[in-house]
Amino acid sequence: MTEDTKIGGANAKFPATRWSAVLATRSSDPGERSRALDAIVAAYWKPIYKYLRIRWGKSNEDAKDLTQDFFAKVLEKEYLDDFDPSKARLRTFLRVCVDRFVANDAKAARRIKRGGGVQHVSLDFGAAEAELEKAKPVLERVASPESFDDFLEKEFIRNLFGLSVETLRKECENRGKEIQFRLFEIYDLECDDSRQHSYAELAKEFKLAPTDVTNYLAYARREFRRITLERIREMTGSEEEYRSEARFLLGIVPK
Amino acid sequence: MNWLSDEAIARLQTASALPDLAGTRYRLIERVGSGGMGTVYRAEDTVLGRRVALKVLDLADVRGDLGARLLREAHILARLEHPGIVPVHDAGTLADGRVFYAMKFVEGERLDRLAERIGTIADRLRVFQRICEAVEFAHARGILHRDLKPENVMVGPFGEVLVMDWGVAKILREVSKDVSEQRKSIGVAELRTTAKTPEPLETEHGTVLGTPGYMAPEQARGEVASLDERADIYSLGAILRFLLGEKRLPSTAGTEPSSANAHAPKAALAIARKAMAENPSNRYASVSELAEDVGRYLDGSRVSAYRENLLQGAIRWGTKYRAAIGLVLAYLLVRALLLFFLKR
Repeated sequence: MTEDTKIGGANAKFPATRWSAVLATRSSDPGERSRALDAIVAAYWKPIYKYLRIRWGKSNEDAKDLTQDFFAKVLEKEYLDDFDPSKARLRTFLRVCVDRFVANDAKAARRIKRGGGVQHVSLDFGAAEAELEKAKPVLERVASPESFDDFLEKEFIRNLFGLSVETLRKECENRGKEIQFRLFEIYDLECDDSRQHSYAELAKEFKLAPTDVTNYLAYARREFRRITLERIREMTGSEEEYRSEARFLLGIVPK
Repeated sequence: MNWLSDEAIARLQTASALPDLAGTRYRLIERVGSGGMGTVYRAEDTVLGRRVALKVLDLADVRGDLGARLLREAHILARLEHPGIVPVHDAGTLADGRVFYAMKFVEGERLDRLAERIGTIADRLRVFQRICEAVEFAHARGILHRDLKPENVMVGPFGEVLVMDWGVAKILREVSKDVSEQRKSIGVAELRTTAKTPEPLETEHGTVLGTPGYMAPEQARGEVASLDERADIYSLGAILRFLLGEKRLPSTAGTEPSSANAHAPKAALAIARKAMAENPSNRYASVSELAEDVGRYLDGSRVSAYRENLLQGAIRWGTKYRAAIGLVLAYLLVRALLLFFLKR
């Protein structure tokens, strides 16, 4: 598996349920706090890097610096201390912080960083840049402040689902369920309106009964959903917020 | 990490939102609609080969409150076996942890959408009487609906009327054991459920459940503990107003909206007004009283809610007996003509 970041990502080990990274950032246990911040960085660095590139028109190098500096600040808790889950979603709060950071503090933040003493996060910007290339046709349509919000939202979902898919892949490998994951990958991830596999075709290709294809896909989807919900729980601070986010991100209620 | 296309994201969202019916007797057909607590899907019961509606909680309920509420709704429906109330077939928990129940799939249209196409006021009032019958039955079983409104009434293709969405219903009192015993003795099947009977859930005092414009003033004030059948009677009055062509939502304060439809018959409007009285003690004492007054209106008799003057009484009487009056007048005319010609 390719690691996108050394400070968390899919490698982080969290309690399966009822663990909120947002709440844990205020924990008195340094280990707990560190894991919480890692989880937040893993979920948000890529959408924010892309947001800086698109919304603020930053060059590749500037966006890298700003993303590093921004998350260095996040790791220092300078921003998250002000976050109130009852007032806004975390991604909305982070977006406002990024905008403020870029508009007012970018120079100072860079100076502080170059002066040393700031924890530096390691992020795979090459992968993020490659993803931006793939999304070029979509990006051309991003023009208004509202669409920047939509863009960040979509990138957050893309990153969240991407992390969940990676976790699913790893879990399927560990459980000897590679075929289940491969079917999920072909049918749900590599889908294309012009090239849609039928269950019968997949059954033939994998030498399975069609009912097995149905069951294997159901298993993979169920696990994907479970993993994604666990991640959403990590990123939310209350039961109400979790429910609202889960409904929104999983498309249960119309957007 | 692989980059996911927009199509893949949309597909994952769709796949994640759909209930996991693996291991059940149901096959998903389509999503029908969403409510506050869950989503309703059309599905096929593969064992019996019939269409059913599945009401499924949107998320696995970790705390258990919502799951318990949905199961409670299923159990309330199970005790309300009446042609005007949708029957529940099954309840349980899906492989993905979501609580669900299966009920009859009702083909039909919501009353709020259909009302304008119901031609005459008399036809609309007949639909209203069917609603009253179902609510009266529920009250007799100790159940208060608490969210009666045209959106929660379905009218089927053969004119059947069903009161839906008992999600916020209140159990006023436990049903008498005699009724349960009676059902067993005549072989009526009990609810087949894979879940335990949930404990009754009390709604906290001060909690407002219902729909503005259709809920009684005391309900809007969150007086949960003191609510009784008269809260539903208020909502029925609001539905009656709607059926009489009142476009504006009725006021929760029970005051007469200024835009009352000038073409709506005054006596029928008076029935609605009485049902929607601000003070519960000024409303009809029971749904049957309300339905009887509507019946009297349809029958051309004097309704209890409307004090008519002599002229109005004479017109109503004349309208009610117009056929008999016509025959008598015709007889008298023929007789007069005969006398006239015979005398000549």
